[in-house]
Amino acid sequence: MMDNDAGERRRPAEPPAITIRRPFFRRKKASPFAHADAPAINYKDIKLLQRFISERGKIVPRRITAVTAKEQRALAQAIKRARELALLPYVAG
Amino acid sequence: MPFYEHTLIARPDLSAQQAQTLSESIAQIIADNGGSVSKVEYWGLRNLTYRIKKNRKGHYLHFNLDAAAACIEELERQERIHEDVLRYLTVRVEELDPNPSQIMVAKSSREERGRRDDGYRRDRDDRGPREDRPRGDRDEPRRERREEEVA
Repeated sequence: MMDNDAGERRRPAEPPAITIRRPFFRRKKASPFAHADAPAINYKDIKLLQRFISERGKIVPRRITAVTAKEQRALAQAIKRARELALLPYVAG
Repeated sequence: MPFYEHTLIARPDLSAQQAQTLSESIAQIIADNGGSVSKVEYWGLRNLTYRIKKNRKGHYLHFNLDAAAACIEELERQERIHEDVLRYLTVRVEELDPNPSQIMVAKSSREERGRRDDGYRRDRDDRGPREDRPRGDRDEPRRERREEEVA
């Protein structure tokens, strides 16, 4: 918080010297399920699934979570099953 | 025969003993229809994240089944009739997992933590209930947490 505020105040005074060629470049994030000991996606693992739903209870798009398409399908299925069992909310907050 | 995982939510006003009886009667239905039960888990009386038939809590029972489709059909038919069953979910799986499920693991670790809290703090906890702290199942803990972050 503090660092951010300081940065905001400094910026108008001294603009960045180096011109960045690709301002919107983002490093490709690795999927959280990429390593060998990653947990299996399962509708009973609420703790895991909670990382992939928003505060409101919505399923987070994979462009944010960086999971693969296949994993996203499995996650969506698992989250929907967990919702059916009232382990996760359909609508939260 | 195919493998299934079957979970059901029973009415909260049942005792743990009655939930046990219910799980036995489920196992009996499976056995009568030529299937077998390889694992039964009682997840306890859990809070539901939303109300089901006006209930805020429910007893969760979880089964690993090896049974024919007709057997599952009969089981689900009886559960639809059964008044104590609020909801059920059957999932077909390639393999049955003999280990305790994540819910049981989470539950046992939470219980251990609870026990330690009891011994360490219970008698000296003189702070009364406060409006801005989550209070068990009476308030939604998610909302409480978000307000704390804002503050």
